[in-house]
Amino acid sequence: MQATKELLFKMADDALIIGHRHSEWTGLGPILEEDIALSSMAQDKIGHALALYTILHEQFGEADPDTLAFLREEKDFKCCQLVEYPIGEYDFTITRQFLFDHAEILRYELLAQSSFEPLARLAKKIHGELKYHVLHANSWMRRLGHGTDESHARMQAAINSTYPLALGIFEEGPFEDELIEQKIFPGEKKLQQMWEENINELLGRAHLHLPSVSDATVGLGGRNGYHTEHLAPLLEEMTQVIRMETGVEW
Amino acid sequence: MFTEAEIKTIGREEIIEALKQVMDPEIPTLSVVDLGMIGDVKIENNSVRVNLIPTFTACPAIKFLQQKIREKISSLGFENVEVIKDTSITWNTDRISESGKKKLEQFGLGTPQRHGGNFSLEDIEHSKCPHCGSSNTTMNSLFGSTLCRSIHYCFDCRQSFERFKPL
Repeated sequence: MQATKELLFKMADDALIIGHRHSEWTGLGPILEEDIALSSMAQDKIGHALALYTILHEQFGEADPDTLAFLREEKDFKCCQLVEYPIGEYDFTITRQFLFDHAEILRYELLAQSSFEPLARLAKKIHGELKYHVLHANSWMRRLGHGTDESHARMQAAINSTYPLALGIFEEGPFEDELIEQKIFPGEKKLQQMWEENINELLGRAHLHLPSVSDATVGLGGRNGYHTEHLAPLLEEMTQVIRMETGVEW
Repeated sequence: MFTEAEIKTIGREEIIEALKQVMDPEIPTLSVVDLGMIGDVKIENNSVRVNLIPTFTACPAIKFLQQKIREKISSLGFENVEVIKDTSITWNTDRISESGKKKLEQFGLGTPQRHGGNFSLEDIEHSKCPHCGSSNTTMNSLFGSTLCRSIHYCFDCRQSFERFKPL
């Protein structure tokens, strides 16, 4: 039970925080369609977070979704560090989206077979929605990878610096064996392996490549509640309204 | 008000008929019945329990629709009306009825093709133009003005259009 909770919390927190980051493009997108795309994906992600927090609330007796999303301490968040970074420029935003959503769509594909029925059902639904997110990232990766010398160089530089952070997605929690044994989730190692295969192929088609990573500790810590300096200010901003008057009805 | 005898004659059919007047707030020509959002309907004496199958996970209209459905069924004379979110059924666009698809086109939206539960890249990219019926179209953006729409362009009638995207 603790194992499933841990899994749900990290997935929900990832979705909430990257959703919040995507929403920071609203009104600032480089073209109108992109403004809409990032805003729509933000809405999807926050909806996914809500659905996961709802399972925690209904099946495990955790607090209601709003409390879980907005009133926990920073150290209680289990999101990976990748999702915490500010949006930066479009090269980083697209690269992060590409690396994150390819892991995400595979995670939900695996979870569609989970022995934990409420999660399996939700996973089937979210998997379909994520196809749009992955296609969005793929098309920009291809376009910018094949674009000008500058766009190519910037995307490669973004991949070089973002890939090590993305490895933090697969940081293992304390219940990995239990999740695998009980067929709840086949484990981060398996997910990472599938992910590497997919992104390697797609990056190759975009004339881009993965860097070699020498420092394997980069990007780790989030799953244990150790975050970058970027998460606290984000939570501060995200919870400004709810903290003004907790429990108010809208 | 209705007499008890009258209420007892109101069955599932009548309730479904009434729910055809509960419209999606984002596509006001389309009802919750057209969308295939209505699951089990249980009637017991003065009480009704309706299962509502949510569409997109992040659809903001779900609470609004629960409220509208409650009001509609209460207006038929039932005292206790419960509308519960049913997540045991995974909604997909195959659940939209044929008449629902016609209404989408009349509203100016392209329609999703049937895909049997697993849609492909092809399904996402190719839409018939709702204005002239041409298949000579291209997708401009995966995301549109609401979560359930994408943006396309028709080379034959040279119009942009939105489409209810396959899910």
